[in-house]
Amino acid sequence: MTEKFAPVDKVLEEFNYDSSKLIPILQHVQDIYSYLPEDVMRYVADKLNISPAKVFGVATFFAHFSIKPKGKHIIKVCNGTACHVKGSSALIDAISKKLNLKAGQDTSADGMFTLECVYCLGACGLAPVMVMDQSVYGQVTPEKATALIDDMVKQEAAHAK
Amino acid sequence: MENTAQKFVTIEGKKVAIEGERNLLELVRKAGFNITTFCYQPELAVFGACRMCLVELEGKGVVTSCTVPPKDGMVIHVNTDEVRKLRRINLELLLASGNHDCTLCEKSGNCKLQRMAKDMGVTSVRFKSKNVKTQRDCTSSALVRDPSKCILCGNCVRVCNEIQSIGAIDFACRGYKAKIATAFDKSMCESKECVSCGQCARVCPTGALTPNSAEVEDVYKAINHPTKKVAVHIAPAVRVGLGEIFGIPAGVSVDGKIAAALRMLGFDYVYDTSFAADLTIVEEASEFIRRFTEKDHLPQLTSCCPAWVSYVEKFVPEFIPNLSSARSPMQMMGPVLKADFVERGGKREDLVVVAVMPCSAKKMEAKLDKFYVDDNPDTDHVVTTVALARMIKDAGIDFANLADEEFDHPFGTKTGGGVIFGASGGVMEAALRYAAAELDPKREGNVIFESLRETKEFREAELKVGDIKVRVAVTSGLKNARKLLEDVKAGKAHYDFIEVMSCQGGCVAGAGQPQYEGWKIRKQRAKGLYADDAKLAYKSQDNKDVMALYGRVLDKIGGPKAHQLLHTHYKSQKEAK
Repeated sequence: MTEKFAPVDKVLEEFNYDSSKLIPILQHVQDIYSYLPEDVMRYVADKLNISPAKVFGVATFFAHFSIKPKGKHIIKVCNGTACHVKGSSALIDAISKKLNLKAGQDTSADGMFTLECVYCLGACGLAPVMVMDQSVYGQVTPEKATALIDDMVKQEAAHAK
Repeated sequence: MENTAQKFVTIEGKKVAIEGERNLLELVRKAGFNITTFCYQPELAVFGACRMCLVELEGKGVVTSCTVPPKDGMVIHVNTDEVRKLRRINLELLLASGNHDCTLCEKSGNCKLQRMAKDMGVTSVRFKSKNVKTQRDCTSSALVRDPSKCILCGNCVRVCNEIQSIGAIDFACRGYKAKIATAFDKSMCESKECVSCGQCARVCPTGALTPNSAEVEDVYKAINHPTKKVAVHIAPAVRVGLGEIFGIPAGVSVDGKIAAALRMLGFDYVYDTSFAADLTIVEEASEFIRRFTEKDHLPQLTSCCPAWVSYVEKFVPEFIPNLSSARSPMQMMGPVLKADFVERGGKREDLVVVAVMPCSAKKMEAKLDKFYVDDNPDTDHVVTTVALARMIKDAGIDFANLADEEFDHPFGTKTGGGVIFGASGGVMEAALRYAAAELDPKREGNVIFESLRETKEFREAELKVGDIKVRVAVTSGLKNARKLLEDVKAGKAHYDFIEVMSCQGGCVAGAGQPQYEGWKIRKQRAKGLYADDAKLAYKSQDNKDVMALYGRVLDKIGGPKAHQLLHTHYKSQKEAK
């Protein structure tokens, strides 16, 4: 069983099993799994000698952490004041529709995309702003957003061949 | 002459001496302003979340009095217009943010939120209600959680962490989504950490966490069943807690009134769990004498507190061999009553056994698979002290004015040793009374173990018989127990016998008892038990009906028949990592 968590052990060792370093530990662990699976959180709690409920509390407090599996590609749409005024809500609606997301769902059924609504990316001059993986796009329209998703789907298909 | 070193705070024009109070709230209360608060619990860390203890501190403005340490010369006002206005706004916000349908709430009549709204004269809320619907989680037989009634005072989280060192629940999410949750938001019955001690419910000011009272309906059904007989027995701690609900001072034993009320409610046989506590002592103390002589897995650990046993199984299974195999009094009473009923020609399933307990964990214990014989439980139903009070009120019984009645015999016969089970230290004292007489039959007079009756967190005593020395320790609260076991493991503490109760102060402080704050009520309740003890026979082996049971049903002490009915086994519930 321990072998399964060997990469987590490495992170824990790096932080000297210090429970006051829970947040950076969870950040590193999330980098491994792309989210925080329940058994991993339990394992971390056990090794740091803190309650699993505490780890769960921290994991659900910060927006940075996800306790649900995420898609391969992360789309962040800014809904901060400037972006909101410039029509980011329509953008979110269009992307949700494109990805066929139901209310409360943020990852597409095929596990390819996750849509995240964030508050201010610090690029208000480009509003409305959308970030796909590491690329930033400014003055995005619903049409442009769906086109970007189509491009990515094509790239993935080409890659699969 | 006035002591010039004495420091003072002025509260509403009155000088109040600072005498070690940790914060302004304690001083304000000392000055006679008993401000109701939600999140301030004297034995827990200061939290400052509920914003109900607001006062005006001259030069600073409005502050939460629980978070400000007193300083000489501070001037405090508690009832200014601004303070009253802010307290009321805070209360209205709490009312708007949750589901507070008082008449349909378990806690109605005993809820701090309700009481404060009444005291402030709140008849309308100016904020739009969030219209939260009830979110009751009734999956645990011990505790019911309804987050829709939660005001996020955090008392439950702190008691579970700071007093019990369990951490079964914690804050989760943030902002308006913030809530109290078990790990990974599991239901109560799925929680791998919760031991059902219910201390969270004891400190919950609203109906968000309460002992599960659903079994009351099953009890009525049994009583009204045309052919079944119903036996009821009450735990020691119940007699010194129940009276409080009917205006009788804490610590006054009302066992006679309870016996009368139980008969009026329609129970066929009215017994006392203290009988089974005497039986527990006979079995557990003889087990101890054997183990002590054979040096077999010492220290022996008491096994009568189900939350403590659950703690050992879930967190420190390496100590399972140390747990006494003796069942708890409740789980001895059930099989004994049923065996006796069968002996007299009845059918096991025709006797329904109801236990009245000061405890939520007892509800969990009764439902454990190992306590069933062919689908028939040893204890059919468990109701709490508070739930019994509700039944008494529902039936319209004028409890406070009832004439005392006796319990039925033989299962209502008890000694002081059985009665003091309800207070932390009582089980150990009763066991030592038994052991002292068994190891030294020539001993004259009663050995009193005063050191075990104190309220210190860790207590110890030594029983000397000739060259033999028996070293015992007592603690309550699972954090204290954890510390004690760590010391035992590290070889820093050497004891032969350890008593642990999961609730600080023992069963008198259980989650099924009327709610209270601080140590005073706990001490009074324990005192009441020791007062009853003084009127009764001293040691458990003096209970003639218990000893007669061995001749009639159980055969030899610690023998095969006794083992079948009175002992149990444990299993690690800790996940392999």
